[in-house]
Amino acid sequence: MQFMLLFSRQGKLRLQKWYVPLCDKEKKKITRELVQTVLARKPKMCSFLEWRDLKIVYKRYASLYFCCAIEDQDNELITLEIIHRYVELLDKYFGSVCELDIIFNFEKAYFILDEFLLGGEAQETSKKNVLKAIEQADLLQESQPEDWGGLANDEIL
Amino acid sequence: MALKIVKGSIDRMFDKNLQDLVRGIRNHKEDEAKYISTCIDEIKQELKQDNIAVKANAVCKLTYLQMLGYDVSWAAFNIVEVMSSSKFTYKRIGYLAASQCFHEGTDVIMLTTNQIRKDLSSPNQYDTGVALTGLSCFVTPDLARDLANDIMTLMSHTKPYIRKKAVLIMYKVFLKYPESLRPAFPRLKEKLEDPDPGVQSAAVNVICELARRNPKNYLSLAPLFFKLMTSSTNNWVLIKIIKLFGALTPLEPRLGKKLIEPLTNLIHSTSAMSLLYECVNTVIAVLISLSSGMPNHSASIQLCVQKLRILIEDSDQNLKYLGLLAMSKILKTHPKSVQSHKDLILQCLDDKDESIRLRALDLLYGMVSKKNLMEIVKKLMLHVDKAEGTTYRDELLTKIIDICSQSNYQYITNFEWYISILVELTRLEGTRHGHLIASQMLDVAIRVKAIRAFAVAQMATLLDNAHLLTGNTQRNGICEVLYAAAWICGEFAEHLEDPMLTLEAMLRPKVATLPGHIQAVYVQNAAKLFATVLQKHEGETDSQAAQETSQLLIDRLPLFVQSANLEVQERASCILQLVKYIQKLQQKNVEVAEEVTALFAGELNPVAPKAQKKVPIPEGLDLDAWINEPPSESESEDEKPKAVFAKEEPKHSRSRHTEVDEKELARRREARKQEQANNPFYIKASPSSQKVYDAPGVEHIPVVQIDLSVPLKVPGMPMSDQYVKLEEERRQKEKADKKKKEKKKKREKRGKGRKGDSGPESEEDITPAHHVDIVTEEMPENALPSDDDDKDPNDPHKALDIDLDKPLADSEKLPVRTHRPEVLKSPAEDRDDNTIPQETKKKSSKDKKEKKKDKEKDRKRSKEDKKKKKKHKDVEEELPESLPEEVVQSEETKEVVTVSSSAAAATVDSSSAAAAESEPEELKDTEPDDTKSSKHKKKKQKKEKEEKEKKKKKRHHHHHHHHSDAGAEDSVQNGTVEDEEPLPPMSNYSLLAENSYIKMVCDIQGNHQDESKVVVSVIFENKSDSFLKSMEFNVLDSLNSKLQRPDGAGPHDGLTVPFQLPPGVSNEARFVFSVQSIVMPQKLKGTLTFIVKTDESSTHEKLDFKLHFTCTSYLITTPCYSDAYAKLLESGDLKGSSLRLEGVNMPFHHLLARICFHHHFSVVERIDSCASMYSRSIQGHHVCLLVKSSDQTVSIDAKCDEPSLLGNVLDEIKQTFSKC
Repeated sequence: MQFMLLFSRQGKLRLQKWYVPLCDKEKKKITRELVQTVLARKPKMCSFLEWRDLKIVYKRYASLYFCCAIEDQDNELITLEIIHRYVELLDKYFGSVCELDIIFNFEKAYFILDEFLLGGEAQETSKKNVLKAIEQADLLQESQPEDWGGLANDEIL
Repeated sequence: MALKIVKGSIDRMFDKNLQDLVRGIRNHKEDEAKYISTCIDEIKQELKQDNIAVKANAVCKLTYLQMLGYDVSWAAFNIVEVMSSSKFTYKRIGYLAASQCFHEGTDVIMLTTNQIRKDLSSPNQYDTGVALTGLSCFVTPDLARDLANDIMTLMSHTKPYIRKKAVLIMYKVFLKYPESLRPAFPRLKEKLEDPDPGVQSAAVNVICELARRNPKNYLSLAPLFFKLMTSSTNNWVLIKIIKLFGALTPLEPRLGKKLIEPLTNLIHSTSAMSLLYECVNTVIAVLISLSSGMPNHSASIQLCVQKLRILIEDSDQNLKYLGLLAMSKILKTHPKSVQSHKDLILQCLDDKDESIRLRALDLLYGMVSKKNLMEIVKKLMLHVDKAEGTTYRDELLTKIIDICSQSNYQYITNFEWYISILVELTRLEGTRHGHLIASQMLDVAIRVKAIRAFAVAQMATLLDNAHLLTGNTQRNGICEVLYAAAWICGEFAEHLEDPMLTLEAMLRPKVATLPGHIQAVYVQNAAKLFATVLQKHEGETDSQAAQETSQLLIDRLPLFVQSANLEVQERASCILQLVKYIQKLQQKNVEVAEEVTALFAGELNPVAPKAQKKVPIPEGLDLDAWINEPPSESESEDEKPKAVFAKEEPKHSRSRHTEVDEKELARRREARKQEQANNPFYIKASPSSQKVYDAPGVEHIPVVQIDLSVPLKVPGMPMSDQYVKLEEERRQKEKADKKKKEKKKKREKRGKGRKGDSGPESEEDITPAHHVDIVTEEMPENALPSDDDDKDPNDPHKALDIDLDKPLADSEKLPVRTHRPEVLKSPAEDRDDNTIPQETKKKSSKDKKEKKKDKEKDRKRSKEDKKKKKKHKDVEEELPESLPEEVVQSEETKEVVTVSSSAAAATVDSSSAAAAESEPEELKDTEPDDTKSSKHKKKKQKKEKEEKEKKKKKRHHHHHHHHSDAGAEDSVQNGTVEDEEPLPPMSNYSLLAENSYIKMVCDIQGNHQDESKVVVSVIFENKSDSFLKSMEFNVLDSLNSKLQRPDGAGPHDGLTVPFQLPPGVSNEARFVFSVQSIVMPQKLKGTLTFIVKTDESSTHEKLDFKLHFTCTSYLITTPCYSDAYAKLLESGDLKGSSLRLEGVNMPFHHLLARICFHHHFSVVERIDSCASMYSRSIQGHHVCLLVKSSDQTVSIDAKCDEPSLLGNVLDEIKQTFSKC
């Protein structure tokens, strides 16, 4: 997978993950182009389109579009499955996820994605394992006192 | 201090967190940009604070803003700070920000190496995980090189969580640093059988990705993958493996045969559509790669087609789409299996999803045959009428033309039908593809001679009804067809029934509203028609009519003369004058028709698209030769290209002089005709159609069976249908005829019946309606064979085309944690095996481009080695295990091993220590081979020997300890004497400052890339029992030298050292300085401030230091070949100086090694106790030394283009030796 984009029906980018090194300008250009193309498609159309030398696989969940770019030989259906799996993970983590969850906790959405995909490849096929990893990492985060609560024993002394 | 912090934390209560920011942006929809710019100002303030929590919060907000499209590259350094926080909470945010914002050009990435290494070896698996994840997004070639070994170690981590991530990220490392593939591959392969399914799947993923790009190197893994495929139940893994096999089978057909069975089983059994689809795709790929001589596979094809049919019939649009996509792959090799599903595919044309319709169209393109072309196009024409939306209609239009014109109109049996289709297409309103239709009309009319009469009649009708086409809108693209119509009518006017009528139509006032380029064609072709009309009238001796025609032109042309379009105006006025002149002649009763016709005589033939490119270079024309004499020095190089041409010329030198006389041309034309006549494959003009040209008349349409009562002149009525009918009748008749004939034939002579048939397929039997001669496109004589360029040289995967089965060579080991690659490659490293400094220097200085070459050499070398030392083989196989130890050893020799918080050392496995010990031995063996392997060096050796002999005589009055016997001399290779004593350990790190808490040692090196930068590497060692943190490094800049601070920092701000030091630990940080003049040494005062934190208290401490930039530190080790060196000295640009050292009591090679190591020189040549050395400053000054040693006295003659730099360097060398 080359990159994954999440954007709203209004075309606002909600999440972006690039697995190929590109400069910001190029990323912006691609994003703009793809958001336009995907939003222009009618709801009954299939989820795949050819774009430059890549294949775009997208799916709409409520008001959010999940959009992935894969290479020519990659399997479109498994990419759809990846998208679906990611949505399920978000759903489990946030508890019936909505767009606002992703907007306000965008870093969490990234953490979950990073546990699920690495370098554009699925690294964990078990939902349980991904959620476990995230929960434990969160636990670790909470067990370390929030800094300015912890300021007292950390800095002042 | 404390107060300040408390104040800071109170301020923080009013800081925005991420949620506030998001909310704020949502509340400021109208003035979002303004709101965000105030937010960015706040963030900038927050980043200036010491509190890491504040910084992390700021960085988190920046990450969000980055997604919204704001530039946050200015905060890169702050992101690094947050990444280096010891708290997971912040580290996580820091890495996330880095993975979103960093790219290869981010310069602070080079500061992160040590931090990432530290995190990778963290005892907390989530620290490691977060570092791996981040790295996967921003890994650069440098990071990949420096960290490859650390990641490789992680592939054997105890936790599957880490193993799996490490395995996956290796793929990114390979891409950035291809040299790591071979050493890491054995371990990667091992992971295919990891007990943890996640790790296993990761390994399958990586190897599949690698193999897809360069399959041939992975063929040997096929049995292993076959086993995995039959045993695994994980669909994700199965899909990857099946895809891998798809890539392997083209290389190994036997594999394909073996695969068919398990794959068909899977197709039958699986319920997962993704797996089914992958299987079908791979089966198709396998069957394509297998030769067609396997009839028993038709069952598999049938199975695939059946399954695809199910997909296409599914209500799910996605499956439908993919089904059609896969169908088109089968179509290429098994068109018949697909053609039987024509109806299904035609149905898809009615689908509401445009992308599915387009897929179906693509399929139809490949499905047409002579038999079904008319039927399919008829269906498509219906869709054209129905289609809403111009894009899809235009797509249909282009597809119809593509389908009909494909492979040189192969499937068209009746061109009248095709012309009618084209004419019908002109009725499409608002299409953008008028020019496409026009070019088809032109192409067909020019290339199919027999159709010209029919085409001309149709075009004349079009011209007559031009108002229907141009209609309402000026920008209507369809009027382009008038361009073709006018040209065809003019050029082939002899076929016109009533040229006068057409001429009149072309000169109507309305024409002036057409686009300029079309008007121009109108005017020009009106002239052609005029010529035809004149000829006709004069033939009938109707001078009255002829004069009326001239008058018509004289009346109408002035309209065009006034055109704003230059082309139209110019042509019109030319022709107008011509006609006026003709009129004059006509009035004198002079016959002019013949001469006017001569203006347009001669036939235009189509030219092949690549004809121009293929014209061979004529003899005597050298495109590379100078037109004027070149500057004298490059003469010798000039000759090469000439020679190349002289050699190639004979191949295609059917001489083609620039001045060929008419006779010669005619002779050639005749010869060509002769050749064509004798060539059975050349389609000749049929005599019947030739006759038609000779007899101008009304009944000139050469179609035998076509009834001309078909209403040609009624525009707007589809005629193509009529032709379909006619064609069917014709075919039936033909069939009947053929049957009769065949019966006859069979009776007459058996067995010779099918000789003339072009193929076994029945549709090939359909013969065209009449003999159309598709005029072949003209090519220049002696056309060169086409040369198509292949793959993209920039493909990053190309670098990974590496043979993995060959055993590893020493030189391929992964570089392991060094402070600088240069240090590792310094002469000291080779202490054990006495290799020459110069040799290693050369290696080290090779830049990335050359690396590949180098590697190849190494591979060859390793092949040789393999032959020579089979006994070492097992050692080599153990290499991946013994890697870290080996390096630890070499690091010890440099006294810097303590410096690092060594991950490698931690992983040392005592059991493999033995392997490590055997390592040096092996090195010893290989190195001499190395030196011999290079041609260049061989030459040099020869040269050396010669010179040696010369110098021997001179040497008589010198005294030597070492080299008194001939044996020692023979063993000299590139300046090395094998039996010389080992070098003492050396280090370039000098003490910077020290107190009871901390010790700082530093080394200064010039920057290769930038002529004004030096890099200062400082190792901080915590000597105390307390924790050292918040270290800040600062120097007082001078005019000449400045510390590089991040953007936005003031000139007096210190730099935060990006790590903290637990007791007893040391770590290294690098600081970049910019310098202007490098000819003088310089000292900068600086201070390190830090917090010492014990259990009870924390105190602020500081340590002052003086940073000494010696002139040596501006020199960069640069290899120099002896010939270049000699040239440099001869040039006379260098100024000399010399130095004498007394009482130097060390072997000569030690002396050289010291100069090389401490002062960054390389040895150019060494003969006994005399050596030439070279170095270069970062600003490009050359420094040359001639070092001679005799009896404890060393004399150094030096030359340099900058005398003061040289003086200082010599002083520094003197100091180095005065210390010992």
